[in-house]
Amino acid sequence: MSSIVSLPDQTTARIPKRNYLTNENGILSWLLTGDHKRIAILYLISITFFFFIGGALAALIRLELLTPQSDLMAADTYNKVFSMHGIIMIFLFLVPSVPATLGNFLIPIMVGAKDLAFPKINLLSWYLYLIGGGMTLWAMISGGVDTGWTFTVPLSTHYLNTNVVTTGLAIFVAGFSSIFTGLNFIVTIHRMRAPGMTWFKLPLFVWSNYAASILMVLGTPVLAITLVLVVLERTIGIGVFDPTKGGDPILFQHLFWFYSHPAVYIMILPGMGVISEVISTFSRKRVFGYSAVAFSSVAIAVFGFFVWEHHMFIMGVSNYSTLIFSLLTMLVAVPSAIKIFNWAFTLYKGSITFETPMLYAFGFMGLFTIGGLTGVFLGSSGTDIHLTETYFIVAHFHFVMVGGMLMAFLSGIHFWWPKMTGRMYPEKLSQLAAVVTFIGFNFTFFPQFLLGMLGMPRRYAAYPPEFQVLNVFSTAGATILGVGYLLPMIYLVWSLKYGQIAGNNPWQATGLEWQIQSPPLTENFIEIPVVTQDAYDYEWLERQKEREVTQVG
Amino acid sequence: MDHISPVIWQFLVKWLTNFAVIPPEASKVAPQVDALLLFMTLVSLVGLTLVILLVVTFSVLYRRERSPVATQIEGSTLLEATWTIIPLGLFLVMFVWGSVLYFRIYTPPPNAMQIYVVGKQWMWKAEHPGGQHEINSLHVPVNKPVQLTLISQDVFHSFSLPAFRVKREAIPGRYTTVWFEATREGTYHLFCSQYCGTAHSAMIGQVVVMSQDDYKKWLESSTSGVSLAQNGERLFASLSCTACHNGTPQARGPNLAGVYGSTLTLTNGQKVTVDDEYLRQAILNPSAHITQGYAPIMPTYQGQISEEGLFSLVEYIKNLNSNYRILQTTTTTELAPAATAAAVGTKGMVKP
Repeated sequence: MSSIVSLPDQTTARIPKRNYLTNENGILSWLLTGDHKRIAILYLISITFFFFIGGALAALIRLELLTPQSDLMAADTYNKVFSMHGIIMIFLFLVPSVPATLGNFLIPIMVGAKDLAFPKINLLSWYLYLIGGGMTLWAMISGGVDTGWTFTVPLSTHYLNTNVVTTGLAIFVAGFSSIFTGLNFIVTIHRMRAPGMTWFKLPLFVWSNYAASILMVLGTPVLAITLVLVVLERTIGIGVFDPTKGGDPILFQHLFWFYSHPAVYIMILPGMGVISEVISTFSRKRVFGYSAVAFSSVAIAVFGFFVWEHHMFIMGVSNYSTLIFSLLTMLVAVPSAIKIFNWAFTLYKGSITFETPMLYAFGFMGLFTIGGLTGVFLGSSGTDIHLTETYFIVAHFHFVMVGGMLMAFLSGIHFWWPKMTGRMYPEKLSQLAAVVTFIGFNFTFFPQFLLGMLGMPRRYAAYPPEFQVLNVFSTAGATILGVGYLLPMIYLVWSLKYGQIAGNNPWQATGLEWQIQSPPLTENFIEIPVVTQDAYDYEWLERQKEREVTQVG
Repeated sequence: MDHISPVIWQFLVKWLTNFAVIPPEASKVAPQVDALLLFMTLVSLVGLTLVILLVVTFSVLYRRERSPVATQIEGSTLLEATWTIIPLGLFLVMFVWGSVLYFRIYTPPPNAMQIYVVGKQWMWKAEHPGGQHEINSLHVPVNKPVQLTLISQDVFHSFSLPAFRVKREAIPGRYTTVWFEATREGTYHLFCSQYCGTAHSAMIGQVVVMSQDDYKKWLESSTSGVSLAQNGERLFASLSCTACHNGTPQARGPNLAGVYGSTLTLTNGQKVTVDDEYLRQAILNPSAHITQGYAPIMPTYQGQISEEGLFSLVEYIKNLNSNYRILQTTTTTELAPAATAAAVGTKGMVKP
């Protein structure tokens, strides 16, 4: 198999002496940094930490479900484990995953800026994330919480004796870190683009992060309000959600899902941005229908705000409002379909190679297609009645979030690893990891679609024995999936010291980030670039290379 | 098959012989839901195959070995319009089809049999109008529409009957309804599908579909002897509702005989149709539900009547056609207070 990787001569190549990693030394230079790239690394380390805690909890869930009885742990413990798995994975891993790591690292460089608009707020956002994460861990260690990640009232306010207040406040704090990140991105993208960098020359990664930022800034405050109300209801009994005091528990559902539905787009949109970059680079082609892909991100962000009630079709809402929200849900599915086909046609007449990021991107396309289409099963109100609150939901959500988002995240991490660290990861091993992850993933979550069709409710510590075989398949798959996730963890750390020197542009990609040294300088550019080329302009890149050759020659 | 562990082998054989991807179709609506599910599955398979086919074909045709230089293409409005409009059309078909089913599942027919269900941590309690109570099980006749009125006494629960393709949330503080018509006798799963705390996964039971004759026998053998309406009548008297709601010209509360299903005008001019939910709210939160022409003097009964008791009262008022017995009770009370105490039951007593 041929490859586009072009590395400098390893015998003479050196990592540039001066770069953002070596610019300053000592622990304080990291903890007080304003450099978006260093903050991205801090975020990367922290979310990886939480990912492995969340992953360990997932392993416990799958072990418990190996048998129909609740025998590995008591039902209460199981409830705490799945609640913590959801809370950690969603609020502390998926929401910040791509934006806070890759987005933080790349958006200023991609738009041709020296840093984000508010470097100190950016650092503050990481500290808030740490405080939120620390409080969550504290809540887990000091007795746990068993509300589920949805904090449903009145269960969370009146009926549980666990650390609901600590966890609620933790998510409240962590929410601000996401608001700050979104705010920073919006201002940076609006105000700090390099000369000549018009909106339609921006890489699609920037577009999709921009759309996600709007959702973060407009949606997260609603979650914050909701959590404050839950805490107040629990501590002083204000009665907003309590029917005996004239409150309405359905109001909580509206408020919670008003954030939490857009939140899934906060999670997936940046991942879609990664896929656009990767597919274009490894097929050496401009993304098919650039503006359609860009606008579909914005369309998802806009429509994403008006579909929340589809989480409540069976909750006694008016039949007519169901009609409207079901229709809007169908509409939000269309931009995702557009993206998938545009990516597929980007391959047409390309010159395709199959490095690891591309394999993960292919995985994303397949799994996200399944995840998206099964979402239509749930958006159609008549079938939602049968499928909601079952393992079908669990499978759908994991196909989109783990099959989609996590694949995109891993694709992006491998793709930009040489830029972030200056070194290559081991190609063969990582291709193996991508394939193992894909197989393990399908093994784990496909049986759950069948379980859901059969009616097995989610969040069950014990289940009727007839569901056991599919659960055993799922647990077996999770073991493979676990190996798939451990592999990158190991070889990426290994590559920090032993990986090949990557050079500026190992993938021959067109983004501004690939035209500077790896790892970049603290100030990113020696001089602010003047942008004349379009995004994904591979002919421009060829001309650049020719010019270099003639100049050197 | 010596090299396969006998345990795993047994396990697989057992599973493959019982393998199913859909639960039994035991209600009238089940085959209709399954038809849409099948349609969606087929569309999804075609869509997925198309995406895989495109990716694989292009990957083979345009891999670097065969296609060393890419041809730059901007895009194609025609193609993009195609893959916007075709999915949109298919999704809209699913939307219309799904909505038709949704309205069908949540609009009970007028002749449906009524059963009341209370969800509480962690059990389902079904109350039949004839005075049959059951926990974590539900007996219903075959080929007869059954309407369930659900409420939760504490947290959200969800009444899920996969074999009927029917599910409805039981919500604290308000009634929800769902209906089904069982078509096949047998015993099927009943789940609580909304996470409700510690023993959520133990809040399961069974729905037993019986032939109409068997059902009649079951009703006769399981009755507690006091129907819901009778229990409601006792509550109505013991809570002193009779003092005002007795239909006499000088009564301070509106006449309740025949009120169910009628349209009332409230003091704020709002017109309401009296249904189960309205009756429940009017008992618990009377000041917000004062009928025009009456003074807001009714006290609240919030916290004084259990959900089962409210069901009894609702069922009683629903079937109340004349005030004859109410008047009899009030007169008897005046004549012989000692005798009434025994007949009416102790105050606060909800059910036998």
